[in-house]
Amino acid sequence: MPRPSHAERPVIFLPPRWNIKRGLNGDFLFKGVTVLFAISILGILLLMAVSMYRQSLPSIHTSGWSFIPGKEWDPVGGTFGALPYIYGSLVSSLLSLALATPLSIATALFITEVANRRVGGMIAALVELLAAIPSVIYGLWGVLVMAPWLQRTVEPFLNDHLGFLPFFSGPPYGVSMLAAVLILMIMIVPIITSITKEVLLAIPDSQREAAVALGATRWEMIRMAVLPYGRSGILGAVILGLGRAIGETMAVTMVIGNTPKISLSLLDPAYTMPSVIANEFAEASSDLHAAALMEIGLLLLVVTLIINSLARLLLWGVNRPTGGQA
Amino acid sequence: MISYRLRRKLLNLLMTLGMLTATLLVLTPLGLIFFHILKMGFSSINLDFFTQIPKPPGEAGGGMANGIVGSGLLIATASLIGLPLGIFGAVYLSEYGSSRFSSLIRFSADVLSGIPSIITGMVVYGLLVVPMKGFSALAGALALALIMLPIVLRTTEEQLKMVPMTLREASLALGVPLWRTTLKVTLKSALKGIITGVLLAVARVAGETAPLLFTALGNMFWSHKLNEPIAALPLQIFNFAISPYDDWHRLAWGGALVLVTLMFTLSLLARWFGRTR
Repeated sequence: MPRPSHAERPVIFLPPRWNIKRGLNGDFLFKGVTVLFAISILGILLLMAVSMYRQSLPSIHTSGWSFIPGKEWDPVGGTFGALPYIYGSLVSSLLSLALATPLSIATALFITEVANRRVGGMIAALVELLAAIPSVIYGLWGVLVMAPWLQRTVEPFLNDHLGFLPFFSGPPYGVSMLAAVLILMIMIVPIITSITKEVLLAIPDSQREAAVALGATRWEMIRMAVLPYGRSGILGAVILGLGRAIGETMAVTMVIGNTPKISLSLLDPAYTMPSVIANEFAEASSDLHAAALMEIGLLLLVVTLIINSLARLLLWGVNRPTGGQA
Repeated sequence: MISYRLRRKLLNLLMTLGMLTATLLVLTPLGLIFFHILKMGFSSINLDFFTQIPKPPGEAGGGMANGIVGSGLLIATASLIGLPLGIFGAVYLSEYGSSRFSSLIRFSADVLSGIPSIITGMVVYGLLVVPMKGFSALAGALALALIMLPIVLRTTEEQLKMVPMTLREASLALGVPLWRTTLKVTLKSALKGIITGVLLAVARVAGETAPLLFTALGNMFWSHKLNEPIAALPLQIFNFAISPYDDWHRLAWGGALVLVTLMFTLSLLARWFGRTR
C-alpha cells in the first residue's frame, strides 16, 4: 500500500478558529467532527481490551494462573482450565501455516516472476476470490464434502500406512484436527499469497535485472535477488496468516469435532479457543462459565494483537513504487 | 556426471514446475467449492426459498426468506453506523492529521481489522446485550459496523490521498472554506473509489457469522425489530450445516449459493466502480 509522505503536502493556513461575529467557524466544527471520528478508532480498540478484561475478572480471580495449564473444563463443577483449547489452537494454526507458507510463496512467485502479466493477473484475481469466500461457506463445504471424504478415503489410508506413528492412530472420524488443518490451510493461503504478491511487486526491477545480467537463471534470480529483498515483507505476510488462522472461528468449529481432548493424533477430534467460545458462550451455564470463556477470548485478543502488530511492523516499509491498483 | 550448466538449467525447470504445481494446488479448492455450491445450490433453490421461512426438521421445503431480509436489515443498520465513522475518520487522516497521530490511528485500524471477529461479538455482547437484557438486531449491526469501520477508513484514505492537491488549492483560492472544499471537491472527486471500498466492506460483513452468534443470535421466524433477535443468512447456513437433517443441509447449500452470488455481484460492482475512475 502506498503511503505518500506528508512532506509533499502544502501547509494550508486556516482562518482564525473563532470569529466573534459569526460564532463558531465551520472549519473548526468540521475538523472537530473528523477528529472525533478518527479518535473513535483508538477508543474502540481500548474499549475492547478493557471490556474483555473486566468481564473476565471473575474467572481470573477464581482460577488464577492455573487457568492456562489446567486440563479440566467442567462448567457444572466450576473448574476451568484452557489447555485443551490452547493446544488445539496452536497445533491447528501452526500446522496449517507450515503447509500454507510454501504453497503461498510459490504461488506468489508464479504470479509475479513466471506468468506473464495477463495470466498472472487472472490467477491473482482468482486468489482474491478465494479470499472473499465467507468462512461459514468453507465450513459448510468442509463438514458436508471434505470431512466425509477424509473419513472414507484419506484417514483410513493414513491409518493403514502410517498408523504406527502416534500422529495417525485411531479410528477415522472425518471431523478431526486433520480436517481443521486442511480447511485452515485453504483459508489462509489466499491471504499470504496476495500480501506476498504485493511485497514481490514492490521489489525494484533493477534488483532482478542485476541478477539476470550476471547470467542467473530465473530460479537463481529469485533465490539471490527477489527472496532476500522481500524477506521481511514475506515474513509479515506469513505472520498475518498466522493471526488469521488463530482467530478463525466458524469453519474450524464446523470441522474440528469439538472435543476438549489433548491428543497427538491428527485423526482425533479436537477443540480450539474460538470454537469453544462460539459453541458455549450464548448458553453459558453460570456467570463463572461466561467469565472463563471471556478469559479465553482475552487470551486470544492479546495473542492476535501481538501477532498483528508484529506483522504490521514488518510490512510497514513495503511501498509499491508505481502505486495504484492492487 | 551432469555438467554444472545443465544442473542449473534443470534446477530452474524443476522450481518453475514446482511453482506451477503450487498454483494449481491453491486453485483446486476454489474449483471444488464452486462446483459443489453450484451443484447442490441450484437443486435447492426455488421460489419458496426466497418467500418462505425454514420448515421444522423433517419437513421438506421451506426457505430462508427471513434470513435474507434479516441480513439486509443488519447490513443496512451496520452501514449507517460504520460508514460515517469510517469516511470522516479517513477525512481527518488525509486532510488534517499530523503525521504521528495519524500513524497511530492507521496502526489501530490495521490492528482492529486483524482482531478475530468472534471477539468483536463478545465485546458487543458486553456493551449492548447485557445492558439491554437480550440479544438484538441492533447489537448484531453494531458488531458488523465495528468490522466495516477499519476497512472503510483505510480504503477511503487511500482514495482521498489520490485526489490531486491542485483541485483543493483551486477551490480554496476561490475563497471556498476548507470544510466545503473537502465535502464538495475532495470527497466528490474520490467518490467512485470510496464506493468501491464501501462495497468491499459490505461484501466482507455480509458473510460474517461469528460476530452475530451472541449479538443477533438468529431467529427461526420473521422479525424486523431492532431490539429483538433477528435471523441472518450466514447464521442460518451455520446452524443448518451442523444439523443432522438432509432437508436443512439442502437449505444451507441454497443459502451458500445466494451468499456467494451476492459477494460476487458486490465485488464485480466494486471492480467496475474502481475501473472507470
